[in-house]
Amino acid sequence: MAEYSIKDKVAIVGIGETQYYKRGQAPVSEFRLACEAIIRAADDAGIDVRDIDGISGYANDRNEASRLATALGLKHLGFAGMVWGGGGGGGSGAVGNAAAAVNAGYTKYCVVFRALAQGQFGRFGQAPRSEYISGPAAYTAPYGLFVPAQWVALRTHRFMHDYKINQEPLAAVAMADYYHAQFNPRAVMYGNPLTREKYNQSRWISEPFHLYDCCMENDGAAALIVTTADRARDAKKKPAWIMAAAQGSGYRHYAQVENQYDFSSANFKTLAPRLFEMAGITPKDVDCAQIYEHFSGAVMISLVEHGFCKPEEVMEFVTFENITAPKGKLPINTSGGNIAECYMHGLELVHEAVRQVRGESTCQVPDCKISLVASGPMVSPVSDLIVHSM
Amino acid sequence: MSSETKYCLPEGLPLPRAQRDGLDKEFWDATRRHELVVQRCKSCNAFQWGPEQICHKCYSADLGWHRVSGRGRLYSWTRTWNPVHPALRDACPYIVVVVELPDADNVRMVGNLVGDPHQQPRFDAEVEAVFEDHTAHTLVQWRIVN
Ligand SMILES: [Zn+2]
Repeated sequence: MAEYSIKDKVAIVGIGETQYYKRGQAPVSEFRLACEAIIRAADDAGIDVRDIDGISGYANDRNEASRLATALGLKHLGFAGMVWGGGGGGGSGAVGNAAAAVNAGYTKYCVVFRALAQGQFGRFGQAPRSEYISGPAAYTAPYGLFVPAQWVALRTHRFMHDYKINQEPLAAVAMADYYHAQFNPRAVMYGNPLTREKYNQSRWISEPFHLYDCCMENDGAAALIVTTADRARDAKKKPAWIMAAAQGSGYRHYAQVENQYDFSSANFKTLAPRLFEMAGITPKDVDCAQIYEHFSGAVMISLVEHGFCKPEEVMEFVTFENITAPKGKLPINTSGGNIAECYMHGLELVHEAVRQVRGESTCQVPDCKISLVASGPMVSPVSDLIVHSM
Repeated sequence: MSSETKYCLPEGLPLPRAQRDGLDKEFWDATRRHELVVQRCKSCNAFQWGPEQICHKCYSADLGWHRVSGRGRLYSWTRTWNPVHPALRDACPYIVVVVELPDADNVRMVGNLVGDPHQQPRFDAEVEAVFEDHTAHTLVQWRIVN
């Protein structure tokens, strides 16, 4: 493993984001949001934007690398990469691709970004409109199965049945996200706390998910800069060193019409062991984790597949006390995440991992050295990242 | 197996059509005859669903269809309350089920659960296919077998 490892050879040296908006409220175009986030990330890194020479994206981002490079006047574009499909599952993977490209010498400063203005394009939470449908969707759409909230609900529900799990761990994740967001002025839900009563009384979206178990839909953009070890040592701020990155998918996880081989899997079973092997650590060494939550219920399954607890232990492990900063056993989603900070397809989770190891989080975990990011459970591909401070 | 005259969901949802390349034509044709078929490899007898271009076990492209009993096991379900399509505005809640077919190597199919949308379905309950005839296509729904 060692000779292929990117461990400590590259680091994240800059992060930036636009203001995060509720869906449809961004005052400027999605492309301009992308440019703004990249400019801010370069500023945070202390570099000239024009020195960026790599662009790494995911989820089939609409803002093409060449267009960005032209708008930003990049002197040279040495790498442009995209993680295929997978929605937010590619977030850590895009960082992994950037890390590999930097390590290979294709690029010296590679930007990873995500821009979303759902008001200007289609919404993820609504069905696309068409009169006829063919292919795999013909076996689901006529039955009113259209959106991730529903298929994640189906998979989570079976997991809950198999391991005798009730609503508590789901509520704990939603409550923890909202709790953390109350300390984070960037969060869309800052100043809008969630009580357990409000959670209980909120409408069902698709059982077992209440409204507050679901991520938001937002407008905005986020970007970060990955560079070499030599350059990272001269960075303006403390680098977040990349310990390990992994991306991919398990056996036939993308089989259609709910025929994924492992029905309720978050799809991390083949990734997580490689991730920890590359990092040379165990789950016990992780101080803080950012676990992608399109829906709260998928978080407990991701935690299990990364070895933080056994499926039989979910009820005792995934509690509000255990997953909140600063005192929890494993604080997660300390910025508010997709549910309460911003649904930036999970790139805001990578930013938060960087802030934690820099010591800059608004919900700082004391002496946080290692933070893990798990991107996009249940989709394909999914991806993982571990950053640390040295 | 039986047929159903009352629809689970209202008209206005996307209408299923066989793929242009003919891959799943036999499935949709069979539903018109109230028969449930699943794709099966003629070389190694492996089942797969939805239909694929080659067998995932032996890579043969010689794929056929196997008629199953229409009995299955309710593997998972969700009751959807949020209308995600305009046609569903007055149709919530409704129950989406995932059904495993034991006589086709437990491939899974998706449908609606026939009957009271407020019922509490039991995991692993035995279910049977119910054919719901529309003007130009037939949907496969599921009913709990007592
Ligand atoms: Zn075969």
